[in-house]
Amino acid sequence: MMHEATAYEPVFTGERRAELDRVLQRYPTKQAGLLPALWMIQEQRGWISEEAMVEVAEVLGLTPAYVEGVVTFYTMYHRHPVGKHFIQVCTTTPCNLCGAEGVVEALLERTGCRELGATSPDGRFTVVEVECLGACGFATPLLINDDFIENVTPETVPELLKGYQ
Amino acid sequence: MGYPHKPHPNETVVLSEHFGDAEARSYDGWVQRGGYEALKKALAMEPPAVIDEVKAAGLRGRGGAGFPAGVKWDFMPKKKTQPHYLCCNADESEPGTFKDREIMRWTPHGLIEGCLIAAHAIRAETVYIYIRGEFTEAIAIMERALAEAYDRGALGKRVMGSEVAIDMYVHRGAGAYICGEETALMNSIEGKRGNPRIRPPFPAAVGVFSKPTTINNVETLASVPHILNRGAAWYKSLCLSNPKSTGTKLMSVCGHIAKPGNYEVTMGFPMKDLIYDLCGGMQPGRTLKAVIPGGSSVPVLNREEAEGCVLDYEGCVEKGTMLGSGGMIVFDDSADMVYQMMRIAKFYAHESCAQCTQCREGTGWTVRILQKILAGEGALQDLDLLLDIGEQMTGKTICVLSDSCAAPVGSAIRKFRGEFEAYINGARRPVAVAV
Repeated sequence: MMHEATAYEPVFTGERRAELDRVLQRYPTKQAGLLPALWMIQEQRGWISEEAMVEVAEVLGLTPAYVEGVVTFYTMYHRHPVGKHFIQVCTTTPCNLCGAEGVVEALLERTGCRELGATSPDGRFTVVEVECLGACGFATPLLINDDFIENVTPETVPELLKGYQ
Repeated sequence: MGYPHKPHPNETVVLSEHFGDAEARSYDGWVQRGGYEALKKALAMEPPAVIDEVKAAGLRGRGGAGFPAGVKWDFMPKKKTQPHYLCCNADESEPGTFKDREIMRWTPHGLIEGCLIAAHAIRAETVYIYIRGEFTEAIAIMERALAEAYDRGALGKRVMGSEVAIDMYVHRGAGAYICGEETALMNSIEGKRGNPRIRPPFPAAVGVFSKPTTINNVETLASVPHILNRGAAWYKSLCLSNPKSTGTKLMSVCGHIAKPGNYEVTMGFPMKDLIYDLCGGMQPGRTLKAVIPGGSSVPVLNREEAEGCVLDYEGCVEKGTMLGSGGMIVFDDSADMVYQMMRIAKFYAHESCAQCTQCREGTGWTVRILQKILAGEGALQDLDLLLDIGEQMTGKTICVLSDSCAAPVGSAIRKFRGEFEAYINGARRPVAVAV
């Protein structure tokens, strides 16, 4: 049986279009609305698809290739779907000194993610290693979705993850 | 330590006075603590008089470069013929640094007030606070505070009922260390990749949206209301060593230390006292090996140098390093300097915007050569090769990211050569590192 391609549903319609228009008031150029617009797409869809890049390009008067160039520059924009809970763990020097590698191991083990960057088979978690999260005195910090969590140790990982089902 | 906690008696509490006090976050709470008085004072002054006051205070950029803030403001065109912009650099991403986050989390109105005074001084009608995308809490707090400030008339068409109009917005970054570099930051606001720009032209002439722009760090701007309130002479008197370094500095201390956290000290404070007194020294049974004092981008100090170092711009230069952003990474005797330098180089290789060859290739080569050494497959000439690459990476690129990778690695090879040689001659067991 042939699968019909799912039609792309635009992000910037109705209230969201109005919200984007309000954001655009802050800048003298439409192009400057690109980073905020990409954040809006990611909040709505969880990631930024090629179709979404085409849409935002049309809305802001840019080319899709230009938009892709910007999306690929910034590490926080997802170019593919990620788990329900997206976990970013800092392993840069200060955190590394304080045992961040153990936190990474505990996270991988507890979430069932086979490796960094992979999503767990149940689709609940994706764990990625990131560079300095700017909370070096509170090693090891994690960002789970929008929750910034400090002082994580391998021992506190199991309890912490219970809050993310 | 996280807040709230009582400051150490030897701290000079100015910026951090209300850290940990959640009530200081609201507009009313800030006003009750004396907030927005400095703004009223500044609005009653002509812009050049505000600039003179900040110049007289000797306030220098707290983001890393240490350039005098008032002088920077004075670079803006005297005659205003087009829009002027102020950008607040809240892209705090320098490994070891976590002070701006606390300023935004606890005293958002202090930062807004500082931005307003600076905007008035440089006659900017728009301020962008560029906050790194990962600082979700700081972004939410700043957004709330901005909405409140608009409601209460501290922002908008008539700031505090005056004739001055200033708008202020948060611009959220999306994960790129390089956007903390001021010209990359401006590109990022414009909706571009965060590639640094060639200077000249300097931002004061051609900045964001090609208009005259000043970019200041969070801590710099948050210091401004205190200068207006208490006077340049008071600020200048906060000085323990060189009169060119005045005021207080938030030092972020992390790594192998008993009590990591932010500590606010007067410029010229001895690093030894910060480490052993305020921070409680090393963890039990450990001794100090090295310190990177200004965020990971600066040369590493060995124990002797660190213990003799005075924390101000000149004091750090005297020891061959830099005060930078004040992000101190402490290494004890258990630290593997070879591995840690590889980890630092990996950071820069990851964060290079890849415009300049020296940086794009040099950071990657540095990582791979260090990994080869760690794997026990290095040769003595690799150390000279690393130093040579480091030299080619220094002073030759559009921005200083490349230099920032070469500085810690080169200094570590010179100061801890024995540790590198131990991997090369087999005295130390190889470390498997994923390449």
